[in-house]
Parts: sequence; C-alpha cells; structure tokens
Amino acid sequence: MAVRQVAVVGAGPAGLAAAEAALSAGATVTVIESAEQPGGQYHRMLPRAYQATHPQRLQHHWRAFERRRRALLHPDCTWWPECTVWALEQAEPGMPPRVHVLDGSVDGTGRPRRVLEPDALVLATGVHDRVLPFPGWELPGVFTAGAAQALAKGERVVVGDRVVIAGTGPFLLPVAASLTEAGAGVLAVLEANRPATVLRGWASRPWELAAQVGKAAELAEYVVGQVRHKVPYAMGQAVIEARGDGRVEEVVIARVDPDWSVIAGSERTLAVDALCVSHGFSPQLELPMAAGCALTAAGFVEVDEDQRCSAPGVYAAGEITGIAGAPAAVAEGTVAGWFAAGGAPAAVSAARRRAAAGRAFARRLARAHPIGTAWPDWLREQTVVCRCEETTYAALCRAAGAPTREDPRAVRLATRAGLGPCQARICGQTVTEITARAREQADAPRAEPHRRPIAQPIRLGELAAPAAQAGPSDRPNMKESES
Amino acid sequence: MYGTRVVVLGAGIVGAACARELAEAGLEVTVIERDRPAGGTTSHGEGNVLVSDKGPGPELALTLLSMRLWPQVLAALADRGAADTAAVEWDPKGGIVVATTEDGAAELDRFAAAQRAAGVLVERLDSAALAAAEPRLTREVTAAFHYSGDAQVQPAGAATALLSAAVAAGATVRTGCEVLGGTVRGGRLIGVRTSAGAQDADIVVNATGPWSGDVSARIGAPIAVRPRRGEVLVTTPMPPTVFHKVYGADYIAAVGSGSAALQTSAVVESTRAGTILLGSSRRQVGFDDRLRPHVLSAIAVKALRLFPCLADTAVMRCYGGFRPYVDDHLPVMGPDPRLPGLWHATGHEGAGIGLSVGTARLLRQLVLGETPDIDTTAFRVDRPAVLGASNATTTHKERGLA
Ligand SMILES: Cc1cc2nc3c(=O)[nH]c(=O)nc-3n(C[C@H](O)[C@H](O)[C@H](O)COP(=O)(O)OP(=O)(O)OC[C@H]3O[C@@H](n4cnc5c(N)ncnc54)[C@H](O)[C@@H]3O)c2cc1C
Ligand SMILES: Cc1cc2nc3c(=O)[nH]c(=O)nc-3n(C[C@H](O)[C@H](O)[C@H](O)COP(=O)(O)OP(=O)(O)OC[C@H]3O[C@@H](n4cnc5c(N)ncnc54)[C@H](O)[C@@H]3O)c2cc1C
Repeated sequence: MAVRQVAVVGAGPAGLAAAEAALSAGATVTVIESAEQPGGQYHRMLPRAYQATHPQRLQHHWRAFERRRRALLHPDCTWWPECTVWALEQAEPGMPPRVHVLDGSVDGTGRPRRVLEPDALVLATGVHDRVLPFPGWELPGVFTAGAAQALAKGERVVVGDRVVIAGTGPFLLPVAASLTEAGAGVLAVLEANRPATVLRGWASRPWELAAQVGKAAELAEYVVGQVRHKVPYAMGQAVIEARGDGRVEEVVIARVDPDWSVIAGSERTLAVDALCVSHGFSPQLELPMAAGCALTAAGFVEVDEDQRCSAPGVYAAGEITGIAGAPAAVAEGTVAGWFAAGGAPAAVSAARRRAAAGRAFARRLARAHPIGTAWPDWLREQTVVCRCEETTYAALCRAAGAPTREDPRAVRLATRAGLGPCQARICGQTVTEITARAREQADAPRAEPHRRPIAQPIRLGELAAPAAQAGPSDRPNMKESES
Repeated sequence: MYGTRVVVLGAGIVGAACARELAEAGLEVTVIERDRPAGGTTSHGEGNVLVSDKGPGPELALTLLSMRLWPQVLAALADRGAADTAAVEWDPKGGIVVATTEDGAAELDRFAAAQRAAGVLVERLDSAALAAAEPRLTREVTAAFHYSGDAQVQPAGAATALLSAAVAAGATVRTGCEVLGGTVRGGRLIGVRTSAGAQDADIVVNATGPWSGDVSARIGAPIAVRPRRGEVLVTTPMPPTVFHKVYGADYIAAVGSGSAALQTSAVVESTRAGTILLGSSRRQVGFDDRLRPHVLSAIAVKALRLFPCLADTAVMRCYGGFRPYVDDHLPVMGPDPRLPGLWHATGHEGAGIGLSVGTARLLRQLVLGETPDIDTTAFRVDRPAVLGASNATTTHKERGLA
C-alpha cells in the first residue's frame, strides 16, 4: 500500500498526539498551525521574543509535551507553523476536502496560498471562550477567562490586583490558579450553577469517571491550590453587570436560581480592577462545517469510536468533539491520527477506551455546568449584544419579533448582528438563542452560526494570486528562508 | 374579482411584492413558503437596482417601470412605519461603468448611446470627472459612464417590508409549508397540496425563484427555470473607498451570456456598514453550493483590476445564491396556457430584487384584466425558452463542469 499522507490542522494537545500516532502508523504527516509555536491552548508557550528562563514553571505536563512536540521533527513530518487553513474545498466525492492554506502569520500580508490534497484529514482546532453579554461586558478590564489566562501564562501579564472570575465550568479554578501564580489578586471565583445542578450532572453513570483519575487529580490539585491561596469560591452566584467610567471599577454580583434568574434583593456591588468571565466554550466549527461534518445535538463535531466524522476521510479530535480537558484531547488525537494513517485497530485499543471515557466525561461536564436559560433577563434594552456591529438587545428583539422576519439570516441582515469582523465567533450562539427566545422557539439552531466558508480572513491580493499545489514534504517558503 | 383566493408560492422578494399588490387590490392572498420569508435567493445576493446593465428591450422597459415604482412603494411603506422603510436601505447612489481596453470602450460607447435613445440617463465621464467621482479607482480606464438612476436596497429588508405590507393589507403567510403538488379538477388548478395540508385557490402564482422549475413540474406544468450560481465576497469594514456602484463593462457581457462555464465580472460597491461587496460569478452547477476557491480567486482578480488599492484589504466572508435563470434571460410572468389557474412570476436571474416591484404591478394588472403599464408579451409563459422541450438534458451535463 502506498504511504498515506495525513494532514493535521491544529497543533494543540490533540493535533500533536494525532501527528505522533499517524507517524508511528507509517504515514507522512503535515501539521498546520496558525500560531508560531505548537501547544495550543493548554501548553500556550511563550512567544519566542519572550523566551523566559523557566518556561515550564507555569506549564503542566511539560515533559509529555516535550516528547509529543518532537513528533514535529520526525523526518516524515512537515511542520507548517504560522500557516492558517482558510478554506476546505469538497472536491472529489469520497475523498477528504482539499486543504487551502495561507502561509504567513494571521495578520500578515502577501502570504502565498498553498493547497494540500491529503488522503486523510485530522481536524483538531479546539475551542474559544464563550462569553454571554451583560451590561458593561464591553468595558476595558473585562476579559474572557481564556484571554486572562493566556496573558498570565504566555506573556506574564497580570490583569489586576482585585480580580473577580465568574461564569461556569471547571476551568474557572485553573484560571484562578494561573492568575494567582502570575501575581494577580483574585477576590472571588463565582460559579453560577448551584451545587445541586453540578452534582446531578456528575452523578449518573459514575463508573465512567474511573478512567479520568488523572483529570480528577489535576482538578483536586487546583482546588487545593485555591485553598492555599484562600480564594473564596462560591456557587449559585453570578456577575450580572460591570460598571465603571471608561474601565471596569465595580461589578454587581447576585445570587441566581438554577435557571440563572436573579434572586431579587440579592444584588451587591464589589470594587474590582478586572473581571474575567467564562461561560464555557464554543468549538471552532468552521472547518468541520466546511468539510461537511455532522454535529451532535450539543453542537460539537460528531465522531465514532475511531474519531471518524460523517464526512469521508475526515477525523476530529480534541475539544471540537466535546470539552474534557487536555488528557482526553490527547487520547482522541492518538486514535484519530492512528486511524487516519490506516493503522490496525488493536494497537490503539487503550487510547480508544480513554477517548470514549473522555467523551463520557465531556457529556457529564456539560450537564454539570449548563448555561441557565434565563440569562437574557440580565440584559437591558441598550446592552450591546454584537460588539462588532454594536447591535443592541432591544434592536435584536425587535427584529426577531417581526412576524415576517423569521429567517435568522434576515434577522442578521436587518440588525447586522454577527456580520462584523469577528464573523459571529463571539455573539453567534448568543444571537441565535436570543432570536429563538424572542420567537418563543424551544431550540436555537446549532450549526447555523458557525457557517463560515472563509474560515480565516484572506487579503484580496492573496486570493487573486494563484495557489501552489503542495506535496507531502514541501515546507512553507517563508520559514525556510528564515533559518 | 373581489373574494378571489390567490395563493402565492414563495416568500422571496418577488412573492412578497406580488402578495402586496394583490392583497392591496382586495384579493384574498395566502403566501406559502417552504422555509422562512426572505431566506432563499433574496438573502443570498446583492441589492443593486440597475438600469446601467440593460440594453434597449423589454427588460429595460420593466426596469424603468420598477425605477418609477420604487420611490412610490417606499413612500407607501413609510406611511405604515419608519422601521420597515429604514430596513429597505434604499440608496440612489448611482453607478459607474468602466472599460479598460480600447475594444471595451468602443463597445461601451455604442451600448450607452442605445440606452440614451431608450430613455436612460447616462453621462460620459472624462478622466477628471471620473477621478473626482471615484478617487481610488484605477487610472487605466478607457471609457467611463455615469448612470444616476442606479440604486441599491438591502434585499432581505426590502422583502420583509413588502411582506409586512401584504400582511397589513390582509394577506396570510404560511411558513414551513412546502408545496408538493397541485390539485387539478376539470383541467383547472384549484389548489396546491403542501406538507401542511391542502390549500384551495382560484389562482396560484408560482414565485419560487430558482425552484420554480421544480415547483412547476410538481404541479404538472414544468417551466424551464434553472439555478445559476453566483458568489459575492465581503471585505472587513473600511473607511470610505468606493462611492458608487462601480463595475467593469464585461459585466454586461457576462449577464447576457448563456454559457454554463464560469464567468466572473467585477461589481464593486460599499455598504452602509462600511464593508465592500465584490461580485460576482455566474456558473451553472445545479444547486451545488460548495465553496470553490478558484471562483473566489477569479472574482478577486477582476475586482483588483478596478481597485488595485484593495490588494491588502481582507475578505472576511463570502456568500452565494442561485439566480433563477431562463435561457433567453427574460423573466416569466403571466398565466400558464397549459393549466388554467396557474400563473408564474419568476425567472428574474440577477435582477429580481430591482424588478420585483415592477413585476408585481404588472402581475396585478394582468390578473385583474387591466391593461398593463408596459407590454408584457416578451415575458409570457408561452415562449420557447420557457416551455421548450429542452430542459432536462442540460443540468446533468453542467454538473460535471463543477
Ligand atoms: C482558560 C483555559 C484553562 C484550561 N485549563 C486546563 C487545565 O488546567 N487542565 C486541563 O486538562 N485542561 C485545561 N484547559 C483545556 C485544554 O486547554 C484543552 O483541553 C486542550 O488544549 C484542547 O486541546 P485541542 O488540541 O483540542 O485544542 P487547542 O489546544 O485549542 O489547539 C487548537 C489549535 O488549532 C489551531 N488552529 C485553529 N484553527 C486553525 C486554522 N484554521 N488553521 C491552523 N491552525 C488552527 C489553534 O491555533 C490551536 O493551536 C484549559 C483551557 C482554557 C481555555
Ligand atoms: C450572487 C447574486 C447576486 C445578485 N445580485 C442582484 C442584484 O444586485 N440586484 C438584483 O436585482 N438581483 C440580484 N440577484 C438576483 C436576485 O437575488 C433574485 O433574482 C431574486 O432574489 C429572486 O427572488 P425570488 O423571490 O424570485 O426568489 P427567492 O428569493 O429564492 O424566493 C423563492 C422562495 O420560494 C421558496 N420555495 C422554493 N420551493 C418551494 C416549495 N416547494 N414550496 C414552497 N416554497 C418554496 C423558497 O424557500 C424561497 O424562499 C443576485 C443573485 C445572486 C445569487
């Protein structure tokens, strides 16, 4: 059999594990990553310019990562850093899509276009923070938890001395830990869901958790860390408003019901100099959607036991299939890479079990930290929902309420919500949920806000220039001339 | 005619405009839409309302009628409420057509002269006037003409406003309701069968855009309306750079072409949000909506020829739709001679937004038995391009070209 060529998009924990497994199964591999360095969210590394003496200090599992990263140096592996997949083209029936790549940093100009035609494609593009709007959320000093963590871990920037971290999900604690380690003062960590909700989410089918001991131990380590730093952790509480003159100065904290409606009279204010919010994560779905992959009811990429997607020749791994932390992402990557390379099932049965357990963990995690349906009640008429186009809550409700404007596309065109530079990455899900609510529909469409056939902006000059067909061992030009 | 039950199929801009005219004429109108209003072609194209690309003939006459009607329609909408009219985003910004070769210049000269003779306001721009009107445009221009009549609307907003006006005049809209077939009795169409039950009608108006061929076949009287794919690029918001609709003269040739192969032409304009729209392509690939980077690339090449200064401008989005296409490039409106009770209002290809109001007015006059404002003979259903034997063979072949 001819050597299979596998393309991996994303060099986070999942993508690196996929590359490693595909190489060990005998494939040639191209790893495409828009960042300068491998590692993704979890091992977010110092940019070369900031190279510090002990980069491992804030990094977990540094050694495992070092080993995995070496896959990129393998003779059958081509590493394409600072290369972004801007489009996937479904060309031949039964084959994975053509991979259209821009060679150069995300904000570069004159980047050459390259096209890969792999035998199999592994998508491991991860997630970004989901942030719900609330009055004052656009004030400077309000960060997504992910951005705050990246600043702390990557650039050693401390976001504030009086920080509140609020939202939902188990990553609130790791964020608090990173911030404290970097020298920030964390006043409180607020989980909007109540203990009963969280416990109920975790309670069913507890045996599935056994495989996640590593994960659980890691979480426990964070909790101990919190205790050591004495950061108060409260549940059933939410930040429902941020206030300040030109910058966040205080937050309004309230106790909330299980559906996140505010308990009247429970509001109090707290002086802060920074607020970090996270309401879970949105998978980076534009590439899976462009490849024609089906989604699950929860809005992640659907995969089978072998990490295979519904689209031929396409595999997905890591957080785009569900949120379960880095160890699960690694297990999924291993399985995806192995099968993408045509490996025999027996060799990865352990990883397959870990991946399946990871998915069960992800479902449980999602159940334990749901987004309460009453959050739009926190909004005021003038609260901006789409920051790019400055669409207000009132404008959106008005547009969605018109009986002749049922189509979500028509609502977006009428309000411009989601049509700005971020292309609905921040507000897409929010807008569909508000629209569905205004129309009293039970379910907001899942896939619709993620349809972005142009996955990353491309300059007209770059688009006009012809694309080069790239073979398995072609290295991107710019990097070669650098070294 | 009072009490006549009209069922309009499709709630795109053409269906919405027809429903409004017929409801305001006092007929009992029901609009049946498979998905949701303005969710089809109408929200997947651009909103140019152009005289500039139309040579003398019936389509120009329909365009000039529509141009007269748009301000009246907007004024009527304004009487109902400001929100709807604002959503239409009517902007009579004018168009500039440029040629970049000597041959193109000669061609454009002849075209403009013929249009002028037919009543179109068109004015030649010398290079100083062109530079003043479009300072960022390439200087490599061999001829340029200004059309003060060209305007634009936000198509989904316009369709929604028209449909709201229809509802205000008594029309009913049934969404999520797909037409499956017709009910014929005594050789006459007396209603349609839908996914949500039967709907009786004295008159059925097929306004299902590029799906009109399919819907008419379901009803038992097929017409040759087919999809012609078009894509548009959208840039990130910019400071003002493009002030009119600017397009290359080859646009006119592309519009009139019957070729199934890829054609692109530059149509450049900015929107109120600051983005620039770059159109567009024309391909016959059935309803295949998969992204084709080479098509987007071809659009970029043409756009940069007109505005080289946009080379570093980022495209953040693209979208596309299916123009309802007839081989002779003319819309179809009027009764179907083969099946009494069935009418069509479709086939507007790349001009349905602009032509919607004129089409609706003519349809109303035809239905009421009045003399139409312009001669509608060229748009009749009973013509070879619409009823010809040919329709089935081409689609399969063209798919292969994708
Ligand atoms: C704030 C925060 C704290 C966390 N803390 C913990 C923790 O303590 N413990 C734990 O186990 N997990 C933690 N996680 C989760 C952990 O980061 C993830 O489980 C893990 O990184 C997921 O790996 P992945 O490979 O799926 O995605 P990612 O790590 O997100 O990697 C995706 C990669 O794909 C690249 N990419 C995306 N699109 C493109 C494109 N179009 N072209 C090219 N490249 C592209 C991205 O640049 C990125 O490098 C945390 C996450 C966050 C955000
Ligand atoms: C890229 C592009 C650019 C364009 N630019 C312009 C321009 O600048 N200016 C201009 O004037 N025009 C332009 N057009 C053309 C214009 O968009 C169309 O001519 C116009 O939208 C057609 O409107 P319609 O109402 O006939 O069709 P549609 O908007 O498609 O409406 C038809 C409706 O019928 C419904 N339907 C289909 N089948 C059934 C069924 N079985 N039962 C019930 N309902 C059904 C559909 O869901 C749809 O909502 C452009 C088109 C494209 C693709």
